[in-house]
Amino acid sequence: MTTIPSAHLLPAADPAVALFPAEWRREIGVQAPDAAPLEVLGWAELDLDARLQFRRGLLALTSSAVWFFAAGGNEPASYPLAADSRLELSDHGGVGTLQLCDDRGRVASWRFTLARMAAVQRFAELFEHWREALSRPEADGRATADERNAPVAREARTEHASPPGGDVETADAETAGGESGAVVDAGAEERTSSWTLFRIWRFARPYKRRLLAGFLLTLASTGATLVPPYLTMPLMDEVLIPFQNGVPIDPRLVALYLSGLLAAALVAWSLGWARTYLLALVSERIGADLRTAAYEHLLKLSLQYFGGKRTGDLMARIGSETDRINVFLSLHLLDFATDLLMIAMTAAILVSIDPGLALVTLMPLPLIVWLIHLVRERLRHGFEKLDRIWAEVTSVLADTIPGIRVVKAFAQERREAERFRLANEHNRLANDRLNRTWSLFSPSVTLATEVGLLVVWAFGIWQVARGRITVGVLTAFLAYIGRFYTRLDSMSRIVSHTQKAAAGAKRIFEILDHVSSVPEAANPVQLPQMKGRIEVRDVDFRYGNRAVLRGLTLDIAPGEMIGLVGASGSGKSTLVNLICRFYDPTDGEIRVDGVDIRSLRIADYRRHIGLVLQEPFLFFGTIAENIAYGRPEASRAEIVAAARAAHAHEFILRLPHGYDSLVGERGQALSGGERQRISIARALLIDPRILILDEATSSVDTATEQEIQKALDNLVQGRTTIAIAHRLSTLRKADRLVVLDRGRVVETGTHDDLMKRQGAYFELYRAQQRRAEIEPSGNADDRVEALAAEASE
Amino acid sequence: MNAPTASARNEGNTVSAGVAPFSLSRDAFGRLVLREADGSICAGVVPVRGFPISAPDESVSLLGPDGRERVWIERLSSLDDTPRVLIEEELAAREFVPQIREIHSVSSFFTPCMWHVVTDRGETHFVLRGEEAIRRLSRNMLLIADENGVHYLVRDVEALDAASRKLLDRFM
Repeated sequence: MTTIPSAHLLPAADPAVALFPAEWRREIGVQAPDAAPLEVLGWAELDLDARLQFRRGLLALTSSAVWFFAAGGNEPASYPLAADSRLELSDHGGVGTLQLCDDRGRVASWRFTLARMAAVQRFAELFEHWREALSRPEADGRATADERNAPVAREARTEHASPPGGDVETADAETAGGESGAVVDAGAEERTSSWTLFRIWRFARPYKRRLLAGFLLTLASTGATLVPPYLTMPLMDEVLIPFQNGVPIDPRLVALYLSGLLAAALVAWSLGWARTYLLALVSERIGADLRTAAYEHLLKLSLQYFGGKRTGDLMARIGSETDRINVFLSLHLLDFATDLLMIAMTAAILVSIDPGLALVTLMPLPLIVWLIHLVRERLRHGFEKLDRIWAEVTSVLADTIPGIRVVKAFAQERREAERFRLANEHNRLANDRLNRTWSLFSPSVTLATEVGLLVVWAFGIWQVARGRITVGVLTAFLAYIGRFYTRLDSMSRIVSHTQKAAAGAKRIFEILDHVSSVPEAANPVQLPQMKGRIEVRDVDFRYGNRAVLRGLTLDIAPGEMIGLVGASGSGKSTLVNLICRFYDPTDGEIRVDGVDIRSLRIADYRRHIGLVLQEPFLFFGTIAENIAYGRPEASRAEIVAAARAAHAHEFILRLPHGYDSLVGERGQALSGGERQRISIARALLIDPRILILDEATSSVDTATEQEIQKALDNLVQGRTTIAIAHRLSTLRKADRLVVLDRGRVVETGTHDDLMKRQGAYFELYRAQQRRAEIEPSGNADDRVEALAAEASE
Repeated sequence: MNAPTASARNEGNTVSAGVAPFSLSRDAFGRLVLREADGSICAGVVPVRGFPISAPDESVSLLGPDGRERVWIERLSSLDDTPRVLIEEELAAREFVPQIREIHSVSSFFTPCMWHVVTDRGETHFVLRGEEAIRRLSRNMLLIADENGVHYLVRDVEALDAASRKLLDRFM
């Protein structure tokens, strides 16, 4: 991505104060009126003070001095600059330090968190640039336009096209913490409550018509259920009361009213069935879409995201929480809508029959609404907590079950059981707390409705006594409010379901809102024919607050085989991960055939990469499917050819079902070497231009390694290959060895060159050999390799 | 493992069509004897299908007694009658993947349970140890492993009768 960096390169002639971020202008304006025509070249915002307390500060560079403004009333400090002034930047444990020094010693020092690192780096570059200009005789300390543009070249690689100020924060958060803070809609996050549920509309939109039909059905069926109480009124007033007063019952009239009641019930039944079925159908589809979308999105996220999440948690989110939303949509939301309609319609009918009585009937309503509001907040927090704890419970399972061999080997079953019991106990405690609120809530609502009923009886009897209403009207009222209050009751119950679903929706949308830290290019460049030249330019990579790669530069010619050598933690695997674009570099770029890999479509790019890992992963399925994983359309002949080249053909034929044998989880047991050869066949089948062997032979014995090595030799032919190995002897075929140490390339050359140079490689090699001499027994060469591998772990 | 011969063998005979550069015969012990084009003779070769389930009629490999591949036959049907019949006989004698035609009864819906089935090789009983012993190979194809490692194939679930499907459904 090439963007025009804005940096903090300001036109030198502009008045200084106007160019600071808004919130600083006033502060500076008040504090330093005498510094008025400051000619600011650039600035950086800091967030810590000298004692590492959080306190904002502003560092500004003028043509003659560095100014520092601290937030909160202190005098600005200025440090005049001389020809020997220089800025030194360092960081440790998440805190950066910028020091202004000259030849006599330190002049000043500032601290900041890594969130500010990129901004400070730019500031330091700007300073450097200014100093160069100063040291030139014709310059008078002021950078000319051309010079000011020069740092742009480096700036361009930092990839954020943002105006200075506000945006720096987001960009920096990305570089420093990866995806940790990359939630898009921070505003929506604040309102975690039921509003999140409205976002499901995005998934409901395709089913608009069916939803509308469902709503109309709901309306109709609710209306139908309201007919029977209405019919009790004439039944009472025209049949029963007159009968008590001596008028005989008219069977025709009774039959009419009763058949009306039956018809209403039947209509309500059929409409209710249609509505429930239709809406359940729709909600099931919405739930399925939601689940698929969440999983699809999850798969696109970078490895960094998966590194920071626990499997159990992700499984719980995509599995059970989508299901909960589903149930909410299909059952509870439907009930809620019905309840709401029922209440509105009932209220309307009641008012139309007798406004006074209706008013009394509706009295407990505000009380219930208030109760709901009171309880809602507590419930929501409770449910969110419960979800997190539930994820914790599943995480314990997801951690332990794959590692069961380790658990058993160290006899830690008891401890794991204890860990599970604790998580479970947490779950119980949280539930208990919630149930305390909940158990009080629902009876309270019931009590309110009972009292309401009592009031209606009392008021009704008084009204009947005064002759204001008939007994029939009172009966109808009582029938209505019986329904009314049950509805109110069930509506209050939905509070818990809504909050549960809202909590679930929030956790789903957390995944959906997450932006991959390896974004797809907006206008991808096409690269149909890849030659396989790799250029790594000034690459920095930071994992959390740890710098893993620092200014690494490496050129690899097409078809060349490179062996990456170095101690654990020297950045070998990180470099390979960057080349695969599992991560993006914090700074610098990686180009393939001269194109920045960030401007290629990820899937297109990865199609050209074959990866063979230390622990080959086989998916559940047949061997043929596993070999054809990268190219499912491959023919059987191609699969067999790839397996032959990977020296896997014969052992596959010896399996009970040949290429149709099932492997992977719960499948046929295969040895490490056999699995590795299948994964090599997999890489061979996609015929990649770039091949990455990450400790491909480390987990097997030397005899198997030879077998694998032969397979690898077939694979390496004519491809750009990057091989990582602890056993230096396995890299003997490499054209060039690259020795890494603490994120930098320290040596490059062939084995013989490097041995002659007697540097880092020589030391590594000697160390491996020495170990072999200590253990004289057995095949010396094997011992070297095995022990060296062991030692460097 | 002796590596060099393996790689030499790997690039060895591949039969894709028509003429077979080898001949097969059966010796007095009932073993298959392979005579390759270069005149070498190998007794006791074993035919193995490459894709016994997904494409049983396509590829067959002849393995020597040492487990090394001698001949790879892309299509069995491309061979002359004599070797083909010999190979088919040998395969028929070695392969045992009964295909389930009908599920008569199941002793219980909890595993382990006894299944009474009708296969292409006759009626039989077997014990299903767990639900995970039923594996879906493709949309309609199932492989059921019994307690003793015998695999029963259901080639097409849809082709079973309704009663069998209903029983099977309880385990899926």
